[in-house]
Amino acid sequence: MLAPYLPIVLLFGLAFAFAFFSVAIAPFTGPRRYNKAKLEFYECGIEPTPQPQGPNRFPIKYFLTAMLFIVFDIEIIFLYPYAVANKALGLFGLVEIVIFIVTVFVAYAYVWRRGGLDWD
Amino acid sequence: MSAVLAASHAADVLPASSQNAHVLLASSQNVAGFGNQPLWIVLIKVLGVFVFLVVMTLFAIVFERKVVGRMQNRIGPNRVGPWGTLQSLADGMKLAFKEEVIPLLADKPVYFLAPILSAVPAFLAFSVIPFGPEVSIFGHRTPLQLTDLPVGVLVVFACSSLGVYGVVLSGWASGSTYPLLGSLRAAAQMISYEVAMGLSMVAVFLFSGTMSTSGIVAAQQHTWYVIPLFVSFAIYAISVVGETNRAPFDLAEAESELVGGFHTEYSSFKFAMFFLAEYINMVTVSALATTLFLGGWHAPWGVHAIWSGANSGWFPVIWFVVKIVAIIFVFVWLRGTLPRLRYDQFMHLGWKVLIPINLVWILAVTTIHVLRDRGWPAWKATAIPLALVLLLVVVPALMMLEGAAARRAADRDDEDEADARLTPTFPTPPMDLVVPSPKRLTTASVHPPTSAIAEGEDPDG
Repeated sequence: MLAPYLPIVLLFGLAFAFAFFSVAIAPFTGPRRYNKAKLEFYECGIEPTPQPQGPNRFPIKYFLTAMLFIVFDIEIIFLYPYAVANKALGLFGLVEIVIFIVTVFVAYAYVWRRGGLDWD
Repeated sequence: MSAVLAASHAADVLPASSQNAHVLLASSQNVAGFGNQPLWIVLIKVLGVFVFLVVMTLFAIVFERKVVGRMQNRIGPNRVGPWGTLQSLADGMKLAFKEEVIPLLADKPVYFLAPILSAVPAFLAFSVIPFGPEVSIFGHRTPLQLTDLPVGVLVVFACSSLGVYGVVLSGWASGSTYPLLGSLRAAAQMISYEVAMGLSMVAVFLFSGTMSTSGIVAAQQHTWYVIPLFVSFAIYAISVVGETNRAPFDLAEAESELVGGFHTEYSSFKFAMFFLAEYINMVTVSALATTLFLGGWHAPWGVHAIWSGANSGWFPVIWFVVKIVAIIFVFVWLRGTLPRLRYDQFMHLGWKVLIPINLVWILAVTTIHVLRDRGWPAWKATAIPLALVLLLVVVPALMMLEGAAARRAADRDDEDEADARLTPTFPTPPMDLVVPSPKRLTTASVHPPTSAIAEGEDPDG
């Protein structure tokens, strides 16, 4: 049953070993020359701006995008099985999927009208 | 609510239909061969995919630098190896022996994990891409594909979603301004364009009746889906450029604004991992475009007619690689030609243009497909949905857009008037100011320098 997944697991093992090994040996292959200025974060040579720590680093705008993404991702997940089984479902399935898409479209129009898709 | 109901209803109907059982059976037969491969074959294939991806990355980097160089009237790298072909290998070796600098404020475990999280899904996405038909490896017949699943394309989709974690965490863990901004942008743009990308595949599944990659390639034996589904292909092509953070949508690493984007604070092999992941992703989306729309490993038209062996044995790998390289060339071409978009224009394109076009297109294609399945004549099945779409969607949308444009123009006029009425809070020169000609220059050019000094002193005295 799960046998077709075995190659994916093996490829995962190889890729992970490669990536982990590369990242892990990097400190040992390269030179190490201490310099205090190197440890500061990069801001094109100017005095670095203090960083806010914690979760409030993310502007709220990005949360909104992420939530809209979930709505549409769910829509996609419902469209895929319909597309695959489309022959079996026939006219009934067509009507159902049109209703479904139109429903999501209403939400989409609402978000658009409320300015959720604007990026200033 | 009704959306959920409709979907659950569809799920109820699914097992009841005998036709559907046939469809499911067909797709499971399609991928059954991948369950019982001997282990040594699997290991060879795993190694093959891994090497293919690393070599393609090395090739793609040199190829890109060469082609962009030519497009900018330069030669490009030409010193390392014949025609500079070993340049990226040399660069990779060099990176291994570079000092690793970790910023003081970095969140060390996450900082360490992010490049791995970026590179591993990039490799994994390639596991379901078919390279060719059945071939014989040391006397054992096996399809030239690592594995296939009834939901094959979803694996690619899932891996591209997982790649977002690497990007977000790298920016977050660096504890630095530019990487944070870059990673936020990258994450937002990747998930936004993933919606458009996911929707563009729906029509392909509709036509092929399966989500397994080998099934989709087999279904394109006669017609490549790029022809009946050109709109889907165009949307897919645009959205994967955004999905892979490539120019002109490379806002996540907009050099002029954000230095290097999310990997600004990474050096040495950690940086190399991000670089590798970016190019593997480019190869993967090219391979997926080939699989979904360009006939997979099938030979281009005409070739098969002239030479009947073109689609058997190891030759399909050639067509497959040629198609991938052609798509990578288009990627490079875009980078060499188009200027970078502004971020708001970019999000506007993704959310307000690609998604609605996609949804309307899916509705139209689905309707045409179902009506033709029910025995309607082709012209009728095509004309009626198209007329409906035109009447119900395109015309109102155009009217709304025109209204919005008029409103915006009116707003702009109002703003201009308001600006004109505002009294400036700072001194402004009059608009009809005549700039006097520079006296000293003219006099200096006429008279010798000593007399010019004397003239300058005169009025004071």
